[in-house]
Amino acid sequence: MERLSPKAEEILESLWIATVEGNEVGCLLTALQVAPGDDQLVELEGRAYVETRGERLYLRKEGRPEAEMTVRRHRLAERLMMDILDIQGDEGNEQACAFEHLLHQGVDTKICTLLNHPTTCPHGKPIPPGTCCEEARQKGSPGIVPMTELKSGEAGEIAYLAASDGKKMQKLMSMGVLPGSDLNLVQSFPSYIFKVGHSQFAVDDSLAREIYIRRPVK
Amino acid sequence: MSEQQQPQPKVVLVGNPNVGKSVLFNVLTGAYTTVSNYPGTSVEVSRGHCEIDDVNYEILDTPGMYSIMPITEEERVARQILLEETPHAVLHVVDARNLDRMLPMTLQLIEAGLPIILVVNILDEAKRLGMQIDLKKLQKNIGVPVIGTVMKRRQGLSELQQAISAYASVPHKPFIYGSDLERDIVRMAALLKGDYRFSNRATSLLLFQKDNEVENLVEASESAEDLSQLQDVIRDVIFERRADLHLQISLERKSISKRMLEDVVTQVEQTEEPFAEKLSRWAMNPWSGTPILLLVIYFGLYQFVGGFGAGTLVDFIEGSIFEEYINPPVVDYLRTHVSADWLFELLAGEYGLWTLGIRYAVALILPIVGTFFLIFSLLEDTGYFPRLALLVDRIFKRIGLSGRAVIPMVLGFGCATMATMVTRTLETTRERIIATALLALAIPCSAQLGVILGLLSEVPGALSVWMVVMLLVFLLVGFLASKVMPGEHPVFYMELPPMRLPQFRNVAVKTMTRMQSYFLEILPLFLFASFILWGLKMLGALEGIVGALAPVVRAIGLPVEATSAFVFGFFRRDFGAAGLYDLQSNGLLTPTQLTVAAVTLTLFVPCIAQFLMMKKERGFRVSLSIFMFVSVLAFSCGWALNKFLLSTGLLL
Repeated sequence: MERLSPKAEEILESLWIATVEGNEVGCLLTALQVAPGDDQLVELEGRAYVETRGERLYLRKEGRPEAEMTVRRHRLAERLMMDILDIQGDEGNEQACAFEHLLHQGVDTKICTLLNHPTTCPHGKPIPPGTCCEEARQKGSPGIVPMTELKSGEAGEIAYLAASDGKKMQKLMSMGVLPGSDLNLVQSFPSYIFKVGHSQFAVDDSLAREIYIRRPVK
Repeated sequence: MSEQQQPQPKVVLVGNPNVGKSVLFNVLTGAYTTVSNYPGTSVEVSRGHCEIDDVNYEILDTPGMYSIMPITEEERVARQILLEETPHAVLHVVDARNLDRMLPMTLQLIEAGLPIILVVNILDEAKRLGMQIDLKKLQKNIGVPVIGTVMKRRQGLSELQQAISAYASVPHKPFIYGSDLERDIVRMAALLKGDYRFSNRATSLLLFQKDNEVENLVEASESAEDLSQLQDVIRDVIFERRADLHLQISLERKSISKRMLEDVVTQVEQTEEPFAEKLSRWAMNPWSGTPILLLVIYFGLYQFVGGFGAGTLVDFIEGSIFEEYINPPVVDYLRTHVSADWLFELLAGEYGLWTLGIRYAVALILPIVGTFFLIFSLLEDTGYFPRLALLVDRIFKRIGLSGRAVIPMVLGFGCATMATMVTRTLETTRERIIATALLALAIPCSAQLGVILGLLSEVPGALSVWMVVMLLVFLLVGFLASKVMPGEHPVFYMELPPMRLPQFRNVAVKTMTRMQSYFLEILPLFLFASFILWGLKMLGALEGIVGALAPVVRAIGLPVEATSAFVFGFFRRDFGAAGLYDLQSNGLLTPTQLTVAAVTLTLFVPCIAQFLMMKKERGFRVSLSIFMFVSVLAFSCGWALNKFLLSTGLLL
């Protein structure tokens, strides 16, 4: 099935927020700034996601999953903008609105995993869980975590090094602590001790926080 | 002879810490360098000679390095050798167990155009771990001679010697990186016109990674016009690859070395955990590690150094040998043959070169320092210190240091002068200054410690008071220093070498070299100090100084006679402590006075040698500030402790 246009997605999103999250029964067409016969409306009606009754637009049962995912993508985009890219305020909101439409099947899963399956957006509203979140919950192990989150004895693959200090990262890299290597956490107090290959290393928590580990899929 | 005219061919040893470079050096040259199982203890380059097929080679052993792009001081020293020397061959020594991790550096070295021989050492341990390594295949893949060795058992020595003697540098096909990186390298390499030790490829990569020393080299050898063009390109590339240049280079090297190792290493699974691993785990776990540390301190430091070294050995050498057999004939001989009074005083008087200088150095200090170095070397060889470092890291962070600083601190209990030199292995200036100050203040050296333990153990409770005060001052001053001192906060990371049984030869060699350097360093200073004291006494100036300091000494509740101990303390810390010893044996000190004197003296200014080392390492301004600070603090603490002890009547 072809992808919805960004404008259609915006409508679905607003509808879902107003009717599923909020208490409204439907949305006034004027509030959504659409008129009967607009392209985006025709597009949605064609898939039986929505129906127009009088002056109001209603979300149909068939449209709910899609609408939910649209909201999810928007809020994930907000998280990404504000937490990772550090773009705050209106600028962040705006960028998130543009960005969400790029997050389609696959990409949103990856970002969700990268963000470690967040449950709320930066404004505190819930992010509808995707299948990846359910899977992670069932495994009890969210995807990529800093080394500080591992338990002693746990193993994983080094996903990436979050470089805040180039020299430190270089040191780690030259010792062979590189993305793609398997890592085994031996101990986490008073220092983090881990094994890569046949060598053991000790680092303090400031450095451990910057080594991200991909937990193995069980 | 023509051989003499030609410069001697050089062979340089490089590699990560703990791969057996120093052992290899010893085996090749027959000389003894200190072999350490602690990253960052050898900062110097050792030089020796060896003869293979009638050619005499100079062998250079460098401090451990992880990459040819240096980060720490040791790495800088090692890299400097590679940049300056023109070796016949460079032996890259690697640990067979970690071949995959160390091969990227081999690639770097080969890429730099150096004449590399890859020495895969510690093959026996690798075999024990179930690894099988096809060295022939590796040699074919990598294109330089590969020699497998077990250096501690001299296996592979003759093959290695042959490889050195037969080495002929062949131009090497470059390892190819990703096309984007290649394009930048080629663009850059073509612009380099100067004559560099490293290949243009390697130089370009180092420039992209902002290597300061290489930048300076390039600035010095390129014309102004070329230079500005070069700098434009560098800026360009650095900007374009700001996100992940280092990472990309590392990952590409890793994948190249992975290809080289295909079908070279086969691993057989093993299940049983060897005892050394268990011991290692115990040493690293705070619950079992703390008792282990206490055991080490009690048996190693207190019983062996304090009891055996400072007690039994000193009694024997000083009490029996010197007092009964050596001193009487020497003094008699001098009395009959030396007529001039001043000369007799200089040689055998109260502060004479013989009586004070040599007797103290040989009979009092040497046994103590010797036993300390023995314990230190023993622990060092087992690999205990890195485990201790990670254990204390959290506490050390509070005092502005990282766990790494545990080595200079522990070494400070042996010889604070040596320890001050070792502080240069710490990474930030801030850490170095704090460590230097703490060494000057609260860490007693073994000579002093021995005498003080001997002194205080006769008075119940005194030792505990002394220990508590030292610990408090150490932590408090460190804590305040970490709050006040500006600068980068330390980060702790360290490779943990496997724990192993100490090897007799290593321990013996380490102890001997340390004792030797200590002895060579202190004997002249002892003599110098005796000479100064004698001169002051002859001139009558000693009374003047003692008189001037006397009010301060009296203010902290000590008898005036103790002043000379403090004056001696200027010359060597242990002189002062030994001076107290004399007072104590003459019954001139009450328990409170003894404790106060011991505390003040321990805190008081470092010995002359340590001060000179501080000046050398930290500069005059910093060391003078530390000197003043320590002096004032020592007497203030003494004063406060005296008041406290008198008012509580804790030690009557």
